[in-house]
Amino acid sequence: MNTTPRYMRLSGLEPLIITPESNFINVGERTNVAGSKKFLRLIKEEKFDEALSVARDQVDNGAQIIDINMDDGLIDGKEAMVRFLNLVIAEPDISRVPIMIDSSKWEIIEAGLQVVQGKCVVNSISLKEGETQFIEQAKKIKRYGAAVVVMAFDEVGQADNYNRRIEISKRSYEILVHEVNFPPEDIIFDLNIFPVATGMDEHKRNAIDFIEGTRWVRDNLPHCSVSGGVSNVSFSFRGNNAVREAMHSVFLYHAIKAGMNIGIVNPAMLEIYDDIPEDLLVRVEDVILNRRDDATERLLAFAETVGQKEITEKEAEAWRTEDIQSRITRALVKGIDAYILEDVEEARLSVDVPIKVIEGHLMTGMNVVGDLFGSGKMFLPQVVKSARVMKKAVAYLLPFIEEEKLKNGTSGQSQSAGKVLMATVKGDVHDIGKNIVSVVLACNNYEIIDLGVMVSPEKIIQTAISENVDVIGLSGLITPSLDEMVYLAKELQRQDIKIPVLIGGATTSKAHTAVKIDTHYNNAVVHVNDASRAVTIVGDLLKKDSSILFKDQLKDEYARFRENFNSRQRIKEYLTIEKARGNKYQIDFKAEDIVAPNQLGVQVIENLDLKKLVPFIDWSPFFRSWDLHGKYPEILTDEVVGTQASELFADAQQMLQQIIAEKWLTAKATFGLFKANANNQDDIVIPPTPEGGFQRDDKKSPFEAGGVIFRTLRQQSKKAAGKPNIALSDFIAPLESGLQDYMGAFCVTTGFGTARKAKEFEEALDDYSAIMIKALADRLAEAFAEYLHKEVRTKHWGYATREALANTDLIKEKYQGIRPAPGYPACPDHLEKETIWKLLGVEESIGVTLTESLAMWPAASVSGYYFGHPEARYFGLGKIKEDQVKDYASRKNIAFAKAEKWLTPNIAE
Amino acid sequence: MKSQLTRALEERILVLDGAMGTMLQAYNFSEEDFRGERFKDFHLSVKGNNDMLSLTQPAAIAEVHRKYFEAGADIVETNTFSSTTIAMADYEMEEYVYDLNYASAKIAKEVAQSFTEKEPHKPRFVAGSIGPTNKTASMSPDVNDPGYRAVSFEELRVVYKQQVEALLDGGVDMLLVETVFDTLNAKACLFAIEEVKEERNSDIPIMVSGTITDASGRTLSGQTAEAFLISISHIPLLSVGFNCALGASQLQPHLEAIANVTNYGISAHPNAGLPNAFGEYDETPEQMAAQIKKYIDKNLVNIVGGCCGTTPAHIKAIAQLVKGVTPRSITL
Repeated sequence: MNTTPRYMRLSGLEPLIITPESNFINVGERTNVAGSKKFLRLIKEEKFDEALSVARDQVDNGAQIIDINMDDGLIDGKEAMVRFLNLVIAEPDISRVPIMIDSSKWEIIEAGLQVVQGKCVVNSISLKEGETQFIEQAKKIKRYGAAVVVMAFDEVGQADNYNRRIEISKRSYEILVHEVNFPPEDIIFDLNIFPVATGMDEHKRNAIDFIEGTRWVRDNLPHCSVSGGVSNVSFSFRGNNAVREAMHSVFLYHAIKAGMNIGIVNPAMLEIYDDIPEDLLVRVEDVILNRRDDATERLLAFAETVGQKEITEKEAEAWRTEDIQSRITRALVKGIDAYILEDVEEARLSVDVPIKVIEGHLMTGMNVVGDLFGSGKMFLPQVVKSARVMKKAVAYLLPFIEEEKLKNGTSGQSQSAGKVLMATVKGDVHDIGKNIVSVVLACNNYEIIDLGVMVSPEKIIQTAISENVDVIGLSGLITPSLDEMVYLAKELQRQDIKIPVLIGGATTSKAHTAVKIDTHYNNAVVHVNDASRAVTIVGDLLKKDSSILFKDQLKDEYARFRENFNSRQRIKEYLTIEKARGNKYQIDFKAEDIVAPNQLGVQVIENLDLKKLVPFIDWSPFFRSWDLHGKYPEILTDEVVGTQASELFADAQQMLQQIIAEKWLTAKATFGLFKANANNQDDIVIPPTPEGGFQRDDKKSPFEAGGVIFRTLRQQSKKAAGKPNIALSDFIAPLESGLQDYMGAFCVTTGFGTARKAKEFEEALDDYSAIMIKALADRLAEAFAEYLHKEVRTKHWGYATREALANTDLIKEKYQGIRPAPGYPACPDHLEKETIWKLLGVEESIGVTLTESLAMWPAASVSGYYFGHPEARYFGLGKIKEDQVKDYASRKNIAFAKAEKWLTPNIAE
Repeated sequence: MKSQLTRALEERILVLDGAMGTMLQAYNFSEEDFRGERFKDFHLSVKGNNDMLSLTQPAAIAEVHRKYFEAGADIVETNTFSSTTIAMADYEMEEYVYDLNYASAKIAKEVAQSFTEKEPHKPRFVAGSIGPTNKTASMSPDVNDPGYRAVSFEELRVVYKQQVEALLDGGVDMLLVETVFDTLNAKACLFAIEEVKEERNSDIPIMVSGTITDASGRTLSGQTAEAFLISISHIPLLSVGFNCALGASQLQPHLEAIANVTNYGISAHPNAGLPNAFGEYDETPEQMAAQIKKYIDKNLVNIVGGCCGTTPAHIKAIAQLVKGVTPRSITL
């Protein structure tokens, strides 16, 4: 016989030939540090013998290929891969099957290929980094003699719909087969299995698109195979194994029929298709095949009735048999609160006074948490979860400690590492960052006195004195808060207080701290913008023997920084405001570029279905708020923070579903579109009614009679030749053009309900969820702004009726028109918010109020303007000079001092 | 030359030579003979380093080749089985590796050319012999440390590349990666060969021959015959097969295991039976030919010859056996 058919032939010590008649090839997935926590731990602890038994179990349980992955930020992946493979090879009962060398790092893949005699599978390569690298790696793989998994991923991103799956697999196939001469039978496409039933419309077709994509690939790309990681599909049902198992089986049943012939499946997580109860089967198939719009809701509702218990028990088993300290430490490190009360009780009974449980068992555990976090082995969300466990444990112990106190008259007070006062300054309502820092410091045994938000300087100083605190932490997000911090520094100095101050929050910076705050306070002022640094800084500040030295160093450092900063600053040149106006952004206004809104006047949205906002969420800032840095969705697979990010994301999804289903939050908005023209002083004039249309239902605008004027600010720094000095008013047709132009304004909020819910969580000692709900509310508010902008562009204003943008494009702001917000770079002046409030009647209609610093309350709110001209774009105002501040004060008819106060952060020295 | 080789392989079963070592024993070379003029002051004893005879006793090597060609062999193997820096380390002769391979190839090639000139209808070929070295890349020499490796893929790749380049410079017609007891060693060698082929824009044919060590039916590194075949089939090969360790009859089932599942040529060069109580091979040419006849009857092979214990007499018997026989058809 001499024409052997083109089957994929793999080998360990024995052959594995995949023919059309072969049953589904099951790839063992437990030897993957990214997928198995147990395996990760064994590798980290270098327990290679036990790790080998994980591999052996898989082969014994029928895995025909074993996937080995050592991609974890905390292990040397290359070394671990080689070492483990060498040991696997020495075990004939394991190495009889072919090995799938799984890594996102080429060097690990190559190191793996160099130690395995059999024909392996490389998992994976893709066009992500372009054709050159793809070809180079494919050539090498061919030379090493391995088959390859090709991910449906290209320079643009991961294939997430049917057409992209086809497009990328076809292109990959052609390059491999025709340019690299790669044998087509050695190509396995991983067409990306993504979760369904996430609550997001764009995920509804995730399973069916994979299945149809698979069918296309098998029909059109001869000899190749299709594979995927099946457990992804049920990601949103983590914790409910009964539903997950059913989803896996249903998915596989249909995917295999379509031609998927290889897969990474945990056999223990697979229900037999025919054994799935009819009612569950129908609902799961509805979701997998996207057969009805409410499939997700129906499965979710049903899932709650399906057995959840047994799994949590199963997972619990192993570590529960360890000694009490190990159990408590583990509960803290892993953030597991299921057993903490019984463990703490056991610990309590083992000591003579209850306080020893806190000082002994719990602090030992928290020290481990602190060390792991400090060395970058734990991430913020985990630490916040640890704190939740700690709080519950301490709350349980407190009554016993009180009792002990009464009995013995001893203080019973635990010795804390120090007292830290935390506050969001007057006029500001943002506290996510402050709360995170508080939690992390508390984890490190600091006593936290949290005064909350909008705290007056008097209260901060008074509490600092009466409580005898060691450190004061000030937080703020909006620019006026910067001034509050300066004021506080001056007051502390005046009252001769010597407590070090931490400065944090989104608008704060080392520059501002060094230049504006540090100079007013003789004691230490430190800018701290991430939680892990806060721990070290506070530690150094309070270290008895070295704190003076450290404070001196800080003072020096900030002085040096200030000097450098100031010397850099002087180089800049500015134009007078007249000259800047002469160099305005010139738009040749034409009638055809100006679209009259379909509906002039103000409208109110009372209660928008939150579900509509989900597709508009930009997740990257969400991760940033938890100190996880990276872009979504890549961050979910990031080698350092990927696991954490995925876990956090899963928790967020779960809460998001609850927010939507149980209506925790209310989404309200008001917006309006108005006639408008610019004048020559950078103002935008909105004329009075009737045509301006200020009518809101039956109520009349307070400004009905006179119209309103928005005062915009103009860039004043000297520009390169040909570059304009922009003001927002440049995007509106001037009066003398004779053209009627338009603009809009809006305010959205998803913040109502947040505070109550956060308080509920805090009272339940669950800071993690309390921070989570705030972070999610913020994301929903931003999503609402994005959603509403789209509605306005395509409907209410209607200048972009044919626009159809994906979420990523929205985030990149690829559409026509802008929605700048007062307080942000194009218009840093918060005072204009008052004008918006008057124009739209924001407070009366949707209840969002402005604080004395003009922060919006509730915090999860966004307000701004709409500009529709094709040339309208975002810009940063940068620094302005005193002449413009004077001009602005007189235009606005306010005192110069008031204008100066609000514009301070933008005034050049 | 390749087209000549290809044509020959399509027309007939090609005959490979027999053992080199067995033939050289008859010369009874002394330590001084091994050293020759070039190595007369060498600091170590070199007796037994057969590969160095290509440098010090080239006439004897040429004579062995001539005898095999006269017996009817189409292909002789260069005297380079151990000519790698790894194997030569035993004699501390690593620095002569290039010379060894180059000289051996030259000698064999000259003899082959003289035969081809005499008998143009039967061109003779030279296969550069590449042994497994004496280290294994996928097995630990230390029973207490199964994860330990005495040699890495990368070390082997470099070593093999050096040997391959010298063999090609010396003019071999093909490369024979033989006596493979650890497939990973062979893969490193194939990797190196592919690199050289790419660098030199060469399409030198490659034969790979594994060794099934015992009745378990597996290579020393544990693979079955078919798993071995799959593990090396990513490189275009002239032939794949087995040699050494077993006699012709014990080898047959393993040839059958691969002949049905590959389009490459199949080669076999078994030992003259299994060694007797004195470690000698005593299967006679007639006995061996009778075993090999079964390969032919079953249409199992394209290239056949002998390994340990075989002599020109054995090869002559085999050559007569295959004369006029239609070979197993292959895709080249």
